[in-house]
Amino acid sequence: MTFTLAARNLFHDRIRLAVTMVGILFSIVLVAVQLGLYLGARNIIVAMIDRSEGDLWIMAYGTKNFEEGQPISMRERFSALSVPGVAKAVPMIVSFTDWRKPKGGSTLVVVVGSDAEDGGLAPWNVVEGDVSGLGARDAVIVDKTYLADLGVEGVGDTAQIGASRVRVSGLTDGIRSFTVTPYVFTTLNRARSLLDMPADNVTYVLVKLQPGADVEAVRAALRDKVPGSEVLTKSEFHDRSLMHWLFATGAGVALIGGAILGLVVGTVIVAQTLYSSTKDHINEFATLRALGSSSGYIHRVILAQAALSAVLGYALGMIIAMTVVYLSERTALPIVMTPGLATLLLALTIAMCAISALSAIGKVMRIDPAVVFNR
Amino acid sequence: MSADAGTLIAPSAKPAAPDPAPAAKVVMEAHNIVKELGTGARKTRALKGVSLTLNAGELTLLMGPSGSGKTTLLSILGCILTASAGTLTVAGHSTAGLSPEELAQLRRRHVGFIFQSYNLFPTLTAEENVRIALDVRGERGSEAVVRSQRALQQVGLRHKLKSFPANLSGGEQQRVAVARALVGAPSVMLADEPTAALDSENGVAVMQLLSEIAKDASRAVLAVTHDPRTIPFANRVLRIEDGLIVGEERRAEGVETVHQLARNRKRKANA
Repeated sequence: MTFTLAARNLFHDRIRLAVTMVGILFSIVLVAVQLGLYLGARNIIVAMIDRSEGDLWIMAYGTKNFEEGQPISMRERFSALSVPGVAKAVPMIVSFTDWRKPKGGSTLVVVVGSDAEDGGLAPWNVVEGDVSGLGARDAVIVDKTYLADLGVEGVGDTAQIGASRVRVSGLTDGIRSFTVTPYVFTTLNRARSLLDMPADNVTYVLVKLQPGADVEAVRAALRDKVPGSEVLTKSEFHDRSLMHWLFATGAGVALIGGAILGLVVGTVIVAQTLYSSTKDHINEFATLRALGSSSGYIHRVILAQAALSAVLGYALGMIIAMTVVYLSERTALPIVMTPGLATLLLALTIAMCAISALSAIGKVMRIDPAVVFNR
Repeated sequence: MSADAGTLIAPSAKPAAPDPAPAAKVVMEAHNIVKELGTGARKTRALKGVSLTLNAGELTLLMGPSGSGKTTLLSILGCILTASAGTLTVAGHSTAGLSPEELAQLRRRHVGFIFQSYNLFPTLTAEENVRIALDVRGERGSEAVVRSQRALQQVGLRHKLKSFPANLSGGEQQRVAVARALVGAPSVMLADEPTAALDSENGVAVMQLLSEIAKDASRAVLAVTHDPRTIPFANRVLRIEDGLIVGEERRAEGVETVHQLARNRKRKANA
């Protein structure tokens, strides 16, 4: 009957129920959006690194993230190839530059030059054209999300990078940049040409190991061979990029801070309404005490009320959160909802409501059951 | 009160001769109970050494003026308050040194309460209001439902199982409260001004119920009251003043008087 009593108490006062639901809804949607943005940002930040086949990355010392790599010598590639255990060493060029729109104006882009046939980083989710089309003259592949930013409408349109013409030969879907700077995929040589980069310069060398090779041993050998550059494993570069964009820039802190704020506000609202509901029903709890109910029984009534609020609020909150997620799909920074995040949100909601119940439980535990005789 | 009010009274009830007095079973015994309230200069002695026993099969009234210590004594006898000094035994269990949780356990096992303001749960039906007394004891399932329905039947409210308190009259609400106190088969039923919020007719009906319940040879009923109309229903009347029991009156004719009142009332209604 604890559940029955909790449910009846909850639904007895519709206005208070509405306030509780609004509190939980607000909290869930805010936390879902903030954490969804955080997850979305994480995915975007590390997409290039995670998609690459390189087990080790050779780069300029102090490179903070994928987009901001500095030139290193092509000699590093040849040095790497001489290290036992290295199967491939694929050069890649990544650099910011200006994209001049066909109808005037310009925008900043990140040129990613790599030869897919050599095992380099190739665009994925290609929805128009194909990767092999990059072999054509002036060909580049861009993401359809950024067509408007780039001032083009689709495959076949042309623009200019530096003094060179580029032609959109394919479109991807969903390759976004955390900096909202569109990626422009092309071949290694065309990238070098577009960026006017010296012939012996590259940004990264992606090292693919032979099967069974020990990563740490190969890395140690590489460090000896390329002392002027830094050698990171894929996961280290992944973590470093995340750390830079999410924490060094404060973006991630803001997102997580927003999520925490949502939880705090939600907890306060739910605690306030639950406390007030308990206060309204205080004589009933005193009667329960007089009837001989244990403290645990009363705790269960209050916690059941909190849990019921949590489940109802969660269900409604997730409907709104999923709508927001759907609406954000086509934006530059889509909100991500995963089964793990949905489960985490449920756990957070229940925890929030359980914490909120503490004040109500404290109130009830201070009741003098003798008040039942004084009314 | 409806016609159900007299359910417990046999229609052809004749004045019953008082039972030959077997050795009464003591279900509650308080000895030299003292209760001090407040602290420091504001400390007062609400009870100054109260001793009493409650015998199974008896309805005892505790009467006295406001501030005499009636409710304080009731709270102590119901294991809601603890005495500053003195001893209390409930159904053979001493309350000395028991923690609040152990006292709660004693309450739910052996004590039934009836409150002046009924103290029903407004969001629960009559049947649920009764069943919650079993629920707090961990007795659940269909057996609990059947027992709750039976208790409501005993108080003449079988037809109001699904009614919420707001849809019941004051008398009906108090009968639900009686059923709630009764359902756990307590050794002692303690009633706090059970007729105070009721009109005369409903007050009589509730007292009839209590006097019938008190006939159970395993149960004692103690009612705190100001209402002199309740005296005819009692086997015993204790008078309390200024924190002390100052008088005790045995009323062997009490049960007979109940039936006489019921008959008179019926006659009046028929006329």
